[in-house]
Amino acid sequence: MRYVCLVHFDLAIMQSATPREQQDLDRRSLAYNDELEQQGHYVMSQAIQDGNSAVLVRVRDGKLSTTDGPYIETKEQMAGFVLIEARDMNEAIRLAAGIPLAEIGTIEVRPVYEIPTPP
Amino acid sequence: MSDLDAIFRAERGRVLASLIRLLGGFELAEEALADAFLAAATQWPRDGVPANPRAWLVSAGRFKAIDRLRRSGRFRQALPELTRQADSEDNVQPEPQEIEDDTLRLVLVCCHPALPADAQIALTLREVCGLTTEEIAAAFLASPAAIAQRIVRAKAKIRDEHLPYEVPPPAEWPARLDAVLHVVYLIFNEGYSASRGDGLIRAELAAEAIRLARLLKDLHPSPDVDGLLGLMVLHQSRAAARIDAEGGIVLLEDQDRTLWDRTLMAEGTTLAQLAFASPPVGAYTIQAMIAATHASALEPGDTDWGRIVSLYDLLLVADPSPVVALNRAVAIAMRDGPSAGLALIDALLADGRLTAYRFAPAARADLLRRLGRNEEAKAAYQRALDLAQQGAERAFLTSRIEATT
Repeated sequence: MRYVCLVHFDLAIMQSATPREQQDLDRRSLAYNDELEQQGHYVMSQAIQDGNSAVLVRVRDGKLSTTDGPYIETKEQMAGFVLIEARDMNEAIRLAAGIPLAEIGTIEVRPVYEIPTPP
Repeated sequence: MSDLDAIFRAERGRVLASLIRLLGGFELAEEALADAFLAAATQWPRDGVPANPRAWLVSAGRFKAIDRLRRSGRFRQALPELTRQADSEDNVQPEPQEIEDDTLRLVLVCCHPALPADAQIALTLREVCGLTTEEIAAAFLASPAAIAQRIVRAKAKIRDEHLPYEVPPPAEWPARLDAVLHVVYLIFNEGYSASRGDGLIRAELAAEAIRLARLLKDLHPSPDVDGLLGLMVLHQSRAAARIDAEGGIVLLEDQDRTLWDRTLMAEGTTLAQLAFASPPVGAYTIQAMIAATHASALEPGDTDWGRIVSLYDLLLVADPSPVVALNRAVAIAMRDGPSAGLALIDALLADGRLTAYRFAPAARADLLRRLGRNEEAKAAYQRALDLAQQGAERAFLTSRIEATT
C-alpha cells in the first residue's frame, strides 16, 4: 500500500540555519531517499518552494481566477513529500520517522486514495 | 513469487521475535526484517530456498542491521551485546529452540499487563499474527490512524519502561500465561460474537485466536492452554450452523446439527477432557466441557442439562461473575423448568450488575415466553433490543417481538 509523507516545517527555522547546516540536511535527506530505494519502499519524492511562490487557481462558473499563495497562512508550511510503499500504516510511520526533516518539522503520513474507475 | 510470500507470511512473527531479542528493540528489528525479506526476494529465486528459511532470515536480518548501524555511525551507541555478537562469528545461525522461545517472549511482551488491554490486542495481532494496521482497524471498526498510534504508544512504553523480553521464571508464569490467554480469548470473542461490525475479517480474528492458541500449545503446553483451545475449537465447530443464509442468528436449539464440523468437535472434546483431567481446573476448561456436553447431543432433546448445571456450579466457583450466574440460571431452566430459571434471573437483575447486559433481558424474555406470559416477554425483548448494537442480533430480537403475540 502507498502512503504519502507530507513534510511540513517552519520556514523561519530553516532560514536561521547556517548554509553548512542546510547542506547537511539536504545531504541526509537525499541519502534517506536512497536508503528507502534500496529497501524497496521508495516511489518518488519532491521538495517544493515555499508558499510565497505559489499561485492559487480556481474555476467558478467557468471563470478562471488566480491569487497569490500560500493557500493557508500557517507557521508550518508544506515543503515537499515522499511517496512510499509500505506494508501498513505502522510501517509507514516507522519509515516517516527516518525522514531527517522530522527532526525539525512534522511529517503527515496519509494513505493514498485510489480513485475508483467510473463504470 | 507467491511461494515466497507464503513463506514470509508464515515466518514473519517468528523471525521478528528473534530479531527483537538480537537487536534489542522493535524498530531496529522491523527494519532488519524488511531487509531480510528483500534479500531473500533477490537471492532465493536465484540460489534456491535455503534448507532452514527461518534461520536464514534471522541471520540475514541481523547481519543487515549490524551493517546498517556501522554505515550510519549508530553502531557505537548500539548495545554492547550487539558489538560483541558482530565481533564474534557473523554467520552463526540461531538454534530452532531459541527461535521458539523468542516467539513466546514476543507473545508475552505484547500481552504484558502494563499495557492497556486494547493495545495488547492490537500489538499481538500485528506483531505475532502478522495482520496489518488496516486489517486490525477494519476488524475493530476503528480508524487505521487510531490503531497505528495505539501500537506506536505501546512500543514506546515497552522501550521506555524496559518491559522484559524474556520467558518469566516459573513463579510468575501462571499470571503471565493468564494475561496471554485472556488476550487470545478476547480476540476470539471479538471474531465470534461480533458485538459490532460484520463478517469476513471477523471470521479471520477467530481463526487467528485459534492459531495463537495452537502456537502457545506448541511453545508451552499447559492444561489451561488446552482448555482454551478446546473451547474455541468447539465454538468454531458450530460456525456454519449458527448463521442462516440471510446472515441471521440461529440459536443452539434451532441449529441444524448436521452442519457441525465433526473433526473440530472431536478435537475440541479431546482437548477439553484432557484439560479437565488435570486439576486445578480453570474457567476456560470448564467452559470447554460445557461446550463439549452440548456437542455430544445429536438432538437438542438429548442434551444432558444435569451435567451442564453441575459444570456451571463449578464454573461459578472458578469465575464468580454475574454473567456465569445468568448462564447457569438458563441451564437450570432447561433442567427444572422455566419458573426455576426465571426466579434466579430476577434475583440477578435485582442485584443490579446485569442491567446493561443485553443477554439478561433476552434470556428472561425467552423464559417468560415459554411460560405463556407474552406481554411481559415482549417488554423484555424490547429491553434487550434497546441494548443490542449489532445488526444480526437486532434482527433476531425484532423477529422475536413480532412472533410473541
